[in-house]
Amino acid sequence: MNRLLLIASALLFLGVFLVLPLLAVFVQALAKGFGAYYIAVSEPMAWAAVKLTLLVAAIAVPLNLVFGIAAAWAIGKFEFRGKSALITLIDLPFAVSPVIAGMIFILIFGTHGWFGGFLRAQHVHVVFAVPGIVLATVFVTFPFIARELIPLMQAQGNADEEIARSLGATGWQCFWRVTLPNIRWGLLYGVLLCNARAMGEFGAVSVVSGHVRGLTNTMPLHVEILYNEYNYTAAFAVASLLALLALLTLAGKSMLEWRQPELRPAARLRRDRTRREQI
Amino acid sequence: MASNATTAIKERTPRRVLPGFGLTLGYTMVYLSLLVLIPLSAVFVRSFGSGWSHFWEVVAAPRVLASLRLSFGASLIAALINVGFGLIVAWVLVRYTFPFKRLVDAIIDLPFALPTAVAGIALTALYAPNGWLGAQLAPLGIKVAFTPAGIVVALIFVGLPFVVRTLQPVLDDLDQEVEQAAATLGASGAQAFARVILPTLWPALLTGFALAFARAVGEYGSVIFIAGNMPMKSEIAPLFTKLEQYDYAGATAIAVVMLVLSFALMFGINALQNWTATRHGERR
Amino acid sequence: MNLPLQAATVKLLNVSYDPTREFYEEYNKAFAAYWQGKTGDTVIVNQSHGGSGKQARSVIDGLEADVVTLALAYDIDALAAPGGLIPRDWQKRLPDNSAPYTSTIVFLVRKGNPKNIHDWGDLVRPGVEVITPSPKTSGGARWNYLAAWAWALHQPGGSAETAEAFVKKLYHNVPVLDSGARGATVTFVQRGIGDVLLAWENEAFLAVKELGPNKFDLVAPSVSIVAEPPVSVVDQNVDEHGTRAVAEEYLRYLYSPQGQEIAAKHFYRPRDAAVASRYADQFRVIPLLLTVDAAFGGWSKAQAAHFADHGTFDRIYGK
Repeated sequence: MNRLLLIASALLFLGVFLVLPLLAVFVQALAKGFGAYYIAVSEPMAWAAVKLTLLVAAIAVPLNLVFGIAAAWAIGKFEFRGKSALITLIDLPFAVSPVIAGMIFILIFGTHGWFGGFLRAQHVHVVFAVPGIVLATVFVTFPFIARELIPLMQAQGNADEEIARSLGATGWQCFWRVTLPNIRWGLLYGVLLCNARAMGEFGAVSVVSGHVRGLTNTMPLHVEILYNEYNYTAAFAVASLLALLALLTLAGKSMLEWRQPELRPAARLRRDRTRREQI
Repeated sequence: MASNATTAIKERTPRRVLPGFGLTLGYTMVYLSLLVLIPLSAVFVRSFGSGWSHFWEVVAAPRVLASLRLSFGASLIAALINVGFGLIVAWVLVRYTFPFKRLVDAIIDLPFALPTAVAGIALTALYAPNGWLGAQLAPLGIKVAFTPAGIVVALIFVGLPFVVRTLQPVLDDLDQEVEQAAATLGASGAQAFARVILPTLWPALLTGFALAFARAVGEYGSVIFIAGNMPMKSEIAPLFTKLEQYDYAGATAIAVVMLVLSFALMFGINALQNWTATRHGERR
Repeated sequence: MNLPLQAATVKLLNVSYDPTREFYEEYNKAFAAYWQGKTGDTVIVNQSHGGSGKQARSVIDGLEADVVTLALAYDIDALAAPGGLIPRDWQKRLPDNSAPYTSTIVFLVRKGNPKNIHDWGDLVRPGVEVITPSPKTSGGARWNYLAAWAWALHQPGGSAETAEAFVKKLYHNVPVLDSGARGATVTFVQRGIGDVLLAWENEAFLAVKELGPNKFDLVAPSVSIVAEPPVSVVDQNVDEHGTRAVAEEYLRYLYSPQGQEIAAKHFYRPRDAAVASRYADQFRVIPLLLTVDAAFGGWSKAQAAHFADHGTFDRIYGK
């Protein structure tokens, strides 16, 4: 039957391309048993990598969050010329290959870069140190939160905020009491995606990191190191932590879509269409 | 406060009822410039700093051209495969019910959430001659890891969600009455699909394809482990090798080419999405 | 018991190339013990590993290495050139061209040597798959390349043309060109690709030890090159950090009997005659061992002729 054939093809395709790699990570990670797994993830260098990854995400995500809210407020609540150009510019980091993203910061902050001499004289370390990793991560995850909030705020319109204003609320009160509750699920959604990408970024961080063990290696870099030390089980063990993070992200995403149906792709399309009809 | 003057101002500029425009737009522009625009310009400045002729010399070198061809070629093939199978997956998810459907739907987004390096080592492990899948394919003479085929596999992985997620809402929205009408008029399933459904779908298919393609072109982490790195055959962007040879002018030249192509793609996709939406608007 | 109020903690950053990971792990502990005994200070050595060229580039761009321990002199020369992180005569500051130990290039084959590979000539036979990294990015790969070239030159009727033809045939038998020496070893050993791996001797031994004494055999070719991985203090950085004394001692200790012993344990050929004689049967005898200076006129010439843009390596791939 056509139906069964189609379902079978779909499941086979997804099974081979999505499920098998995911499974491979966990199977290889546990190949030497739980004891070895535990040692691999709690070993000092691995632990340093975990802490660095968490630190970088803890800085990058809030930075992009503030930006995302600001951009969404400006774009969603006001009319001005050049709006769609601005939106496209915000999307630019999506089009940049990670290695180029990393190289950019070396060109600016490296010893022979624009600010290199100045930074060196001040003994400030940007590239090959944590600040460089944070910058590269911020760049790569730049659009995530903004892209979630902009259409959401556009769709929600100004009605609620204007009512609040007419009742005497200040700008800040408007934002905290009225806007934020309306966008909270979209916000969480964007933060979730931004965080997953921030913690998993490899290419850009690899270029700016310096790979100093225990100091400037994030989890993805540490996975590469273990892999290169023939320590495949440990590499997959650390990788499995990232895979677990991915699964949690997926679960969170599903839950949020259930909570706020506007986040689902179908709803977004309808919203885009309705909005354009109104123009 | 002269209330007449204020009211007059407010009438002329109704958008400023809500505060914070200046602050938020200003902050947005500053943050965008500092973190994205100015850094990106560094690539262009550095590469053209060595002169136009050197730029062309680097970019037109056969190895570079071969690797760009490989990157774009593999991305193209992967995106096409994703369009084909993505359509099947989206159709199945929208039209049919089966056990664990919600789980299947959720897992489509795995490539969004999984770090590229993890995907890279997992795929290499699977497709190497001694891997689960590689071992099955080897007797058939099919080599995947370290060949262009391996790169295509990795790019299928990263582009998969784009097609499915672009198609799902459109399929969801399709008015099944038209299909049913076609059926009562004697059209077979295939005819109904080709004449009725496909025309509505193809803008979304195109968008999904373009997104998957753009994503694949820039991909690094999942490909670097599985690529064979053979010059002229399976070497993706020798950007990294140029960097390692202290050849900044060379590296930035290649970066400029890749950036220009990616930006063109992106603007194209945005234009496509605008056009699609307007088209739908006209239909209503 | 006096409280060590004056005891300081000194941090050093050692930027090294790929295969030295295990060696420096052990060496750093030994040096820390030695330094503490000598001065009472604690020294913590942080390590960074990667492809030799890539590491040099990072140091030039601002990675503040106190010492560099790279695969070939050419990579350290690069630090002398722009901006002058180290003086041009760096190599004379330590004995033996600043290379405390040497290594050479050998072949690693599958157990039992099923394809009967004994020398360079066997590598170009049809059906033989050779694994070697890319000379554009890997220091080890450049040693491999030059060793192959040197062998071809030493054959009857050998000349630059025959050598280039030989190397071209060789590289056309290479299915995967990893960017680093370690990557190539992983490809051969873990991924099971290829019939023979061209490797640093110490890498080959390490791979056998870590991954399967019963799976591989080591074959010594008739001609090989003496690989002299050099070390140097990075003057500009140590002067800024105030770590010159420790850094210099760190490198000098590599030449001490204890340092040489650790090197030999990790399969590097020690310079110290006494240690060398103790480990004599560990290393294969290679009939003809050449240095880069003798066979190629030094690294600058070799780099320009072979690995720079439009050099022989580019030519064998059809540019």
